[in-house]
Amino acid sequence: MQASAGGPGTDGRLSTMPDSPLFTAAAVAVIAMAIAVVVAVGLKVLRSFRDLGTDAERATYKTLHAASRAGQYLRTGLNPAGAAKASRQLRGLLGCDALAITDTTGVLAWDGAGEELRPALMGLASKVLDGGHLAVIPAGELQLLAAGGGTLAPEVERAVVIAPIKTGARVVGVVAAFAPAAGAGLVRATGEVADWVATQVELAELDASRTLLMEAEVRALRAQISPHFIYNSLNAIASFINTDPERARELVVEFADFTRYSFRRHGDFTTLAEELRCIDRYLLLERARFGDRVQVSLRIAPEVLSTVIPFLSLQPLVENAVRHGLEAKEGPGHISITANDSGAFAEVTIEDDGVGMDPEQLRSVLAGHSDGEHVGLRNVDARLRQVYGDDNGLVIETAPGEGTLITMRVPKSQPRHDA
Amino acid sequence: MNPVVGVAAFAAVTLATAVVGFYGLKVSRTTGDFYVASRTVKPWWNASAIGGEYLSAASFLGVAGLILLSGTDALWYPVGYTAGYLMLLLFVAAPLRRSGAYTIPDFTEARLDSSAVRRVTSLVVVVVGWLYIVPQLHGAALAIRITTGLPAWVGPVAVVAVVCITVVAGGMRSVTFVQAFQYWLKLTALAVPIVFILLVLGGATGTTAPAAPPAVNPSALAPAGPYQIISLLVALLFGTLGLPHVLVRFYTNPDGQSARRTTLIVLGLLSVFYLLPTAYGMIGRVVAPDLAESGQADALVLLLPGRVVGGMAGDLLSALVVAGAFAAFLSTTSGLVVSLAGVISQDVFGGSVRGFRLAALISALVPLGIASMTESMALAGSVGLVFAFTASTICPVLLLGIWWRGLTDAGAIAGMVTGGVFCGSAMVAGSVLGAAATPSWLAQPAAWTVPVAFAVMVLVSRATQGRVPRTMTRVMTRLHTPERPLATER
Repeated sequence: MQASAGGPGTDGRLSTMPDSPLFTAAAVAVIAMAIAVVVAVGLKVLRSFRDLGTDAERATYKTLHAASRAGQYLRTGLNPAGAAKASRQLRGLLGCDALAITDTTGVLAWDGAGEELRPALMGLASKVLDGGHLAVIPAGELQLLAAGGGTLAPEVERAVVIAPIKTGARVVGVVAAFAPAAGAGLVRATGEVADWVATQVELAELDASRTLLMEAEVRALRAQISPHFIYNSLNAIASFINTDPERARELVVEFADFTRYSFRRHGDFTTLAEELRCIDRYLLLERARFGDRVQVSLRIAPEVLSTVIPFLSLQPLVENAVRHGLEAKEGPGHISITANDSGAFAEVTIEDDGVGMDPEQLRSVLAGHSDGEHVGLRNVDARLRQVYGDDNGLVIETAPGEGTLITMRVPKSQPRHDA
Repeated sequence: MNPVVGVAAFAAVTLATAVVGFYGLKVSRTTGDFYVASRTVKPWWNASAIGGEYLSAASFLGVAGLILLSGTDALWYPVGYTAGYLMLLLFVAAPLRRSGAYTIPDFTEARLDSSAVRRVTSLVVVVVGWLYIVPQLHGAALAIRITTGLPAWVGPVAVVAVVCITVVAGGMRSVTFVQAFQYWLKLTALAVPIVFILLVLGGATGTTAPAAPPAVNPSALAPAGPYQIISLLVALLFGTLGLPHVLVRFYTNPDGQSARRTTLIVLGLLSVFYLLPTAYGMIGRVVAPDLAESGQADALVLLLPGRVVGGMAGDLLSALVVAGAFAAFLSTTSGLVVSLAGVISQDVFGGSVRGFRLAALISALVPLGIASMTESMALAGSVGLVFAFTASTICPVLLLGIWWRGLTDAGAIAGMVTGGVFCGSAMVAGSVLGAAATPSWLAQPAAWTVPVAFAVMVLVSRATQGRVPRTMTRVMTRLHTPERPLATER
């Protein structure tokens, strides 16, 4: 590599970019992108010319392909964007001149010729929407019904088949097919297509209710502070009331703050900073009970303090460390909490040098097979998997007598979650 | 120059960076301790960190070199580099912080509800990052060659090795403190020698003015026309908005308001810093005009202390400057590698820990390959071109995404592709035509590529109004509503 700055400044002062490495780099990038595009297109074209089977096979394939494509578009329910794309596929399927999809209030999509009939379609469909029965309007009548005194061009002279989209007993819209003549084939096919659309819409509704269910599940899993903790804390505070009233007062205030945080109603998410604050209060109360037996050290990277995490997802882990790690152990125990920036994730670890757990037993608790002592861990693990996917559950390293290290990884970017 | 000086300075900076990086985090007994100390990061710290990451080889070496070559016209570079933060302050800092998205692809995906937009943005961000790392490595090659006499490839390889090791080993645990430290190191590395240089020069010529009146502008060159100046300023002002490594820093702020305050401090810190390379350039025009002719203008900052002061003191001052230069290469490169690795690992490797390490290696090694295949040229200029590319691609998406409800995914993709293709082809055409034959509208394309990208984005969005995402109102509300106070503060 030679560092020569010979070029700059020879062609006017600010245009000092001759022979730039960036030019070369950009050239390489542009060419690479161009090649990638050409290869991708080429592969697609090639694939479409490959052996395609008999005519019947091809027809079946075509029908199924159109149906599955249209199905994808309808998976979000009956809305203009999806209906517009689906109607293109469905028109090909029916082989009609124009195809329209409506919901109960208006025309969602119109594919094909004769769009000037669009305003009139809801009027034509009203009977079908009310009655739920397929209607056929022959070519001659359309003129009278739709134009309302105006005149239609002769090529718009068409018959219409209007079939209801029924989910359960409810009519949620219609499929209207326009053709020069309404033969029995078209009528039957249109009815089938409308039924098929209805199935897709039902699937979409199912999807929506599944999402709702998942949200409800997350809400149900939202941790509760344990009754033991409330009982123990109040007892510990009571023991200070006579000996050290000042401290007892402070502890009561801390207890009040802690409960306000954990009983709050709004939001399923919080920031790491707030959760750590809550842990601090929790540990203060535990120390009132255990004295110097609980030692804590924190090592927190400030970059991740504003990371959004599920509400009360760290506190149960710390409580687990105190309850099952240190309580059972003789002598002082040490808990260390760290939070680090790790690429696109924030990584939080909670380590104790307590009695540890049996990995097999822990596995069965996490899998939900047995209700052991560590239900708090299972709750957090389930919520993390629910929200961030199966790859982001808790990672727990432990063995009897060896302490426990719990690692939690949370994506830093969560634009959909409000703290 | 004594070769030991360069090596020692490089080793010292690397060591200091590693130490601050690994041990910069305070261990505390209660959360109260760190909570009070660092109610998340203070704007001052964060501003220093942004300055540290932003001041690259182009600022540290390139600006002085360009002033030596072309006189006062080069002053537009520091003006543009700094003023870009004004744009950031006014239009982007607070809303982006509130978005909750962590990288630019995250932001565009959340705002436009489209994974296609995410992929295009990721691609652009990676290209921008790579193009930006290349000049840093050229700077390292230059610095190693000038100061130690070793082969030039040693510099880039050393920088990439150090960055890879620290990033892969998790040495960026306290990245904010490392970057803040780098800013003050860079400032000191330029400020101390210039004081000595001024003292020596003042002493040499008595109290009167320098013997030779400085020719402020070289007579052989035509001054830059208004088109070139405007185009350069458009590139620098708008380009700053889209730099991947700069935006990431804003998430260290706890809320939108402190993001704005941070940006304000950054403006001040950058303004102070840029006085120094300007002074080096001007002094260079008086005492070292031969460097411009021998094609070593970018080395001016490195050579000036040794030339003017000389002797042992000169060596020490040179060591300081070399240390500052390596701080510049290391901080910008590592900042870029970390943000690129975040983007690549998310989009290609599904966000695993191993994927991040692999992505970090890819993000550092590809530019190393490009750098070793290409030749160094004016550092400030090549970084200026990266700004033009960013301004034509990422900046329109950010600005329209934040401030215009009508943006659609189709519009965003069309605009980015158009801006990228135009700006990229201008860069390629410039290199094919060669310096002398390149008309100024190709050499400085930003003045037309940026408006074209904006126009395409707006027109295509208008044409595809039906595609405005349903989540738009919610996202826009979030971007522009001040945060509610933290529950713990009440």
